[in-house]
Amino acid sequence: MRKIGRHHFLAGSVAALGASALPARALADSVQLPFANGERPLLAFPQKRPLLVLSPRPPQLETPFAVFDQGVYTPNDAFFVRWHLSNIPQHVDASAHRIAVTGEVNSPLSLSLADLAALPQVEITAVNQCSGNGRGLSAPRVAGGQWDNGAMGNALWTGVRLRDVLDRAGLKATAKQVQFDGLEGPVLPTTPDFRKSLDVDKARGDDILIAYAMNGVPLPLLNGFPVRLIVPGWYSTYWVKMLSAITVLDHVDDNFWMKTAYRIPDTPDNSVMPGATGFPTVPINRMRVRSFATNVVDGAKVDPKLQELRGIAFDGGSGIKRVEVSLDGGTTWRDAALGPDVGKYSFRRWSAELQTRAGQTYTIAVRATANDGATQPATQGWNPSGYLRNVVEMYKVAVG
Amino acid sequence: MKRVAIAVAAVLLLGAGVAAAATVAPPKGPVSISLPGDAGMAFKPGPGVGAAQASCLTCHSSAYVSTQPVLSRAQWTAEVVKMRTAYGAPITDAQVPPIVDYLTAQYGKP
Repeated sequence: MRKIGRHHFLAGSVAALGASALPARALADSVQLPFANGERPLLAFPQKRPLLVLSPRPPQLETPFAVFDQGVYTPNDAFFVRWHLSNIPQHVDASAHRIAVTGEVNSPLSLSLADLAALPQVEITAVNQCSGNGRGLSAPRVAGGQWDNGAMGNALWTGVRLRDVLDRAGLKATAKQVQFDGLEGPVLPTTPDFRKSLDVDKARGDDILIAYAMNGVPLPLLNGFPVRLIVPGWYSTYWVKMLSAITVLDHVDDNFWMKTAYRIPDTPDNSVMPGATGFPTVPINRMRVRSFATNVVDGAKVDPKLQELRGIAFDGGSGIKRVEVSLDGGTTWRDAALGPDVGKYSFRRWSAELQTRAGQTYTIAVRATANDGATQPATQGWNPSGYLRNVVEMYKVAVG
Repeated sequence: MKRVAIAVAAVLLLGAGVAAAATVAPPKGPVSISLPGDAGMAFKPGPGVGAAQASCLTCHSSAYVSTQPVLSRAQWTAEVVKMRTAYGAPITDAQVPPIVDYLTAQYGKP
C-alpha cells in the first residue's frame, strides 16, 4: 500500500476489514498515522462522525486532527473515545440512573439526576486528554494504545460540584480518598473493575464537577452519558464515565487502576532511561503544557498563498501565557498572537503571520509557555507507558 | 445555536473559567446505541490463531494486537503474562507458548 503522510485519506482499505456490522457508508476511508503500523480505519460509531478506530471493542476512537483547526470547542460527535473494559451498557436511562455515595460518610446517598439539578449548577470549559495521547510517537516505541495526538478534546461541561455532593453526604474525619466507579465493567469477573480515586482535598476542589452536559447538550453515550466526572487540568483517566458510585475511602486506594496502572516514574521530570526498572512511581496527575499547529500537516505541502499559521495550546490549569513559533526547527522563535481566553483549562487558540517562499522547505515548530512558567521541552523524556508527551511538535513542510 | 449562545455566555461570565450559570437541565429518559462489535476485524491466519482467538478475543478486539509496534518475543511474552496476572485472563501455562509463538510470528520479530 502506498505510504502517505498523516491525516491523508486512503481509499481501498475497506476490503481489509471484511464483513462489518456498520453501514457501508461508514467504511469509506482510512488514515495513515505518522508511525509504523499506524493505519486506522475511519468508522462512524453511534452518535459519532467517522473517527480513527484504534479498537472497535472496547471502542477507542481518535479525533482527526483537522477538527482542531475548526474552533476552540471540539464537537461532541468528533470527540475522542476511550474505554478500558468491553462490558459497556448500550442502553442507559437517565431517568433511572443513580449515583450511590457511600463509605466514610455520615449519610449515604442514592442521587438521581433530578437530585443533582437541585444543587448549584456550574459550567467550565476544559480539555480532556488521554494519558497516552501521542503514545505512538514514543521513541523507543512502547506497547499500549497507539494514539497519534488526537486523543484529546475541549468542551464546555455543565454539572454540579462534586464537593456539594460530598457535603450533602457529610465526610467523616476518616475520609482519605474518594473513589469513582462507572457502569463500564469487565467481561470476566477476574478482571479488575475500572475505578479511579482522588485525594479528598483534590476531590473537594472548586473545579471538580459531575457533568451531565457537554457543549450544552447531553453527553454522547460513548463519552459517558448520562453523567461523568470532570477533573479539569488532569488527564482523562480520572474523568470516570457513566458515573454510578462514589465511595469515600479511609485509605489510599490500592485497586489495580490506581496502584499498578496509570503510574509515572517518580523522578525529577517523570522520565527514565529506556529499559530501566525498579524506579518508584506515582499516579499520573496534572497535564503538561502542550501546543500544536492545526492548519499545517507534517510531511505535507503548503500553499504559497497561506499567510497565517494557527493552532491551539493548553496546560494543566494555569493558563497559556505565551506561544512562540519557529520556521527553522527551533533555532529562532517569534511570538504568536493569542486568541480569546475562554478559561484557564481550555484550549487557547493562537495565530502567527506566515511568510514563506515557494520551493522552500521549512520545519515549523510551536512552543507554549504556561502562566506557571512551565514550557515545552525540545526533546521528549521517555517512560515505559508513553505518558506525558509534551515535546515541541515539529511540522516539516514544503511550499509550493 | 443554543450551544453557541452558551459558549458566548460562558466567555462573558467566566473569565477565570468557572461560574454558576443554570442554562442546561440534566437529561431525562433513555438512550440506546448499537456498537459494531469487532467491525469485521480479525486476527491474521497462521499456526496458533485458534489459541489466540480463544484467549484474547474474549475481552478485546484483535486491534489491541494488530496496532502494536513490532514487538519481540520477550515483549509479547510479557504482554501475555500481563493479561493473565493483571487482567485475570484464564490462560494456562500450557497455553502460553502457542499464543506467544503466534503473536511473535504474525505481529512481532524473532
